[in-house]
Amino acid sequence: MRPGSPTASVGKMSEDGKEELVGTDDDSENTAMGEEGSTLLRRMEMCVAEAEKRSGKNAVNMQETFTVYLIETRPMDAVADGRNPAPDSLWRRYSEFELLRNYLVVTYPYIIVPPLPEKRAEFVWHKLSADNMDPDFVERRRVGLENFLLRVASHPVLSNDKILYHFLTEEHGWKEVVYETGFQAKADSRLRALSATFRVRNPDKRFMEMKHYSDELQSHTSQLLRARARVADRLYGVYKVHGNYGRVFSEWSAIEKEMGDGLQSAGHHMDAYAASIDDILEEEEHYADQLKEYLFYAEALRAVCRKHELTQFELEMASQDLISKKQQREELATGIVRTFSFKGMTNKLFGQEAPEQREARLKLLEELIAEGEETVKEKTLECEEHVDRAWVDVQRFKEQKDKDLREALINFAVMQISMCKKGIQVWSNAKECFLKM
Amino acid sequence: MSGQTVSADFSGHMLDLEEDEDLEVFSKNTSLADGSPVPNSPSSMINQYRLEEDTAEQQNGNTKDIFITVDDPESHVTAIETFIVYRVLTKTTRSEFDTSEYEVRRRYQDFLWLRSRLEESHPTLIIHPLPEKFVMRGMVERFNEDFIQTRRKALQRFLNKISEHPILSYCQSFKVFLTAQELTSHKKQGAGFLSRMGETMRAVANSVRGLRSRPAEFILMQEYVEAFGNKISSVDRVTQRIIREQREYLDELKQYSPTYTQWAGSEEELAEPLKSVASCVERCSKETEERIHHLSDVLLPVLHEYVLCAESLKAVMKRRDNIQAEFEVKNEALASKKVDQEALQEEVDGLADRVEQANNALKGDWSHWQNSMRTDLKSAFISTAEKNVEYYEKCLAVWESFLLSQKVEPSDDRNSGDVS
Repeated sequence: MRPGSPTASVGKMSEDGKEELVGTDDDSENTAMGEEGSTLLRRMEMCVAEAEKRSGKNAVNMQETFTVYLIETRPMDAVADGRNPAPDSLWRRYSEFELLRNYLVVTYPYIIVPPLPEKRAEFVWHKLSADNMDPDFVERRRVGLENFLLRVASHPVLSNDKILYHFLTEEHGWKEVVYETGFQAKADSRLRALSATFRVRNPDKRFMEMKHYSDELQSHTSQLLRARARVADRLYGVYKVHGNYGRVFSEWSAIEKEMGDGLQSAGHHMDAYAASIDDILEEEEHYADQLKEYLFYAEALRAVCRKHELTQFELEMASQDLISKKQQREELATGIVRTFSFKGMTNKLFGQEAPEQREARLKLLEELIAEGEETVKEKTLECEEHVDRAWVDVQRFKEQKDKDLREALINFAVMQISMCKKGIQVWSNAKECFLKM
Repeated sequence: MSGQTVSADFSGHMLDLEEDEDLEVFSKNTSLADGSPVPNSPSSMINQYRLEEDTAEQQNGNTKDIFITVDDPESHVTAIETFIVYRVLTKTTRSEFDTSEYEVRRRYQDFLWLRSRLEESHPTLIIHPLPEKFVMRGMVERFNEDFIQTRRKALQRFLNKISEHPILSYCQSFKVFLTAQELTSHKKQGAGFLSRMGETMRAVANSVRGLRSRPAEFILMQEYVEAFGNKISSVDRVTQRIIREQREYLDELKQYSPTYTQWAGSEEELAEPLKSVASCVERCSKETEERIHHLSDVLLPVLHEYVLCAESLKAVMKRRDNIQAEFEVKNEALASKKVDQEALQEEVDGLADRVEQANNALKGDWSHWQNSMRTDLKSAFISTAEKNVEYYEKCLAVWESFLLSQKVEPSDDRNSGDVS
């Protein structure tokens, strides 16, 4: 079952190359249908079709086993025309998806980049495998990777990225192309900056609220997931124990005459009941995956908010620096010392400096001030751009989240209903058997 | 019996009674205004009633002419001990009884006395077991409310089984038990202690000697009883395990629904569906609780009784064996020619009759017991299956109402624009 299917949100390339979102409040599905929208997903059909095990030598020349995933793509117009060409395909490992995502995160710091499915199985209950090679885990991961690609390819901004396009179409040499963008250097500095603690004086309130919200989202979804896993574990126990009825009824029926048949067949239904829980819980894992996606999305949202803090901080630093330089200039020019400085003290102690020296210093200051003003302009622009673009994506994210999670809850209810129906059937059958006793 | 009478009805203090009118049935009040016993939950009440009805109709084919209830447990405190006394109410149209209604008070010891008297008079009839003296697992206190209720229901079932038995229900001791205000004087009469001692000693002597040959049908019966005992014990254990697993599941469910509510606190659009899911999970928890009660109140007691039945059946078979052994001993002595032939012959003939009587009684009662067992267990299993169907139907309705609420809403809030 595919998690909240991302529909192509509407993005139009306007003349100056800036993406703008065209109204998406109501059925984004319906409005998108008739739009020209240029997101990649509209132009290209894609899926992660299969997974396979491979063996090879890793970076340190050691033998390792890993899984590769088959990405299939097909141009949309070919499909629309009714032609059915064979899809283009290539194999990618999880680590390559990670590389792609890291690149996107660094290159578009104002975008809440869709998360990847978890690297290792978490919130595992006792019968669920935590082994990365387990076929069920691999299958769920395949679905998660496909979901990731669909989300990225339908994002109004991310979908236009060239590296993304190469990822989907060029099997070899892609990694080199990514590294050539030099994003790695940006990634390192960004990592350092984001993990540092700094105090921002005037952050945009909306982003502070969003950061707080992202913390709450993270905390609530992980608590829910943990509780759900425990419930699943217990439910498994309840169903499986009924299998013992199957065994005992069967043995008991052997010594009874009139009751034998009824007991025997009732026992079979108890076995069926016990067996039914496996499929039920496997399906529920998909629900858990939908929630996990938003657990990880919370991190991405937080990162965007932190980036805002960072740009705002840098702006404040630059402004602060400019102010102090201007003050210095004023002091030099008027001779009035407003603030304490050692230079001022030494001047007092050793006498005023020569006019030529003062001129030189003033000139230097003017240059620095000019630079500083440029810097402040740049930083202000950077900050504003980030805030504007990020806020647009936050709005988009909010709508997507509300829609997806509501769908997930509905899916959960549908699953419960299916489980109840199975239960009704099994126990009604068992009752029929008991009646024959 | 001196001492204060303290009502064993603790429920008023323990339960928080709300306005819910259904709660009256849920309350652990041990008696309603008319004195009839009140079970713990409506479903067990329905099934209890059905169980007793079915059994009664099965056995007699006609209408019952005697109705017995055991209720109103009261705590009696004396200098030496504290014990529970139950009210035994009998309503009957039988001519052997002087009036149509009797009310006496009996304690567990009195039931024990009755049963052993019945066993003495009819050693090879299958007599329904009494609830155990002490229950080892789970309950520690003898005065624990659940324990008292479980015991009370089992005592009632015991008396009703006796009353439905074609032979036992006409025993003098049974009538005395139901009617005499004071049992102490009756307890001192009758063969009682010494004869029981004698029987036990003879039994030991005979078992040392061993049985010549058991008739084929009783060999088969013995094998069946062994196997049945095993199987019913297994079913009993499996059921206990299921109850345990259900309880643990319930505990986790109770922790699960708050996680949805908490999350709703930080959401806007999602708050409503999240809270709705929380409430659905809560309602399913309540249904799970009901399901557990049903298992404990309806299925488990019946299974447990038949575990005890298997033990009592083994005892019956032993007694039959002993009667046969006694005859064989004397019969052999007759053949040795060393003793007074005439007197011994008479004794041997008497013993031979006794063997035949015992065998016939057991044979007759065997099919009676088998039918009874089949009816009781069938009824309990059916009831359990029905309860499970009901459980799933109720949960289904809960989740369907959630879906309904979600499909209806969108048309309302879609046009409200920006929600933040």
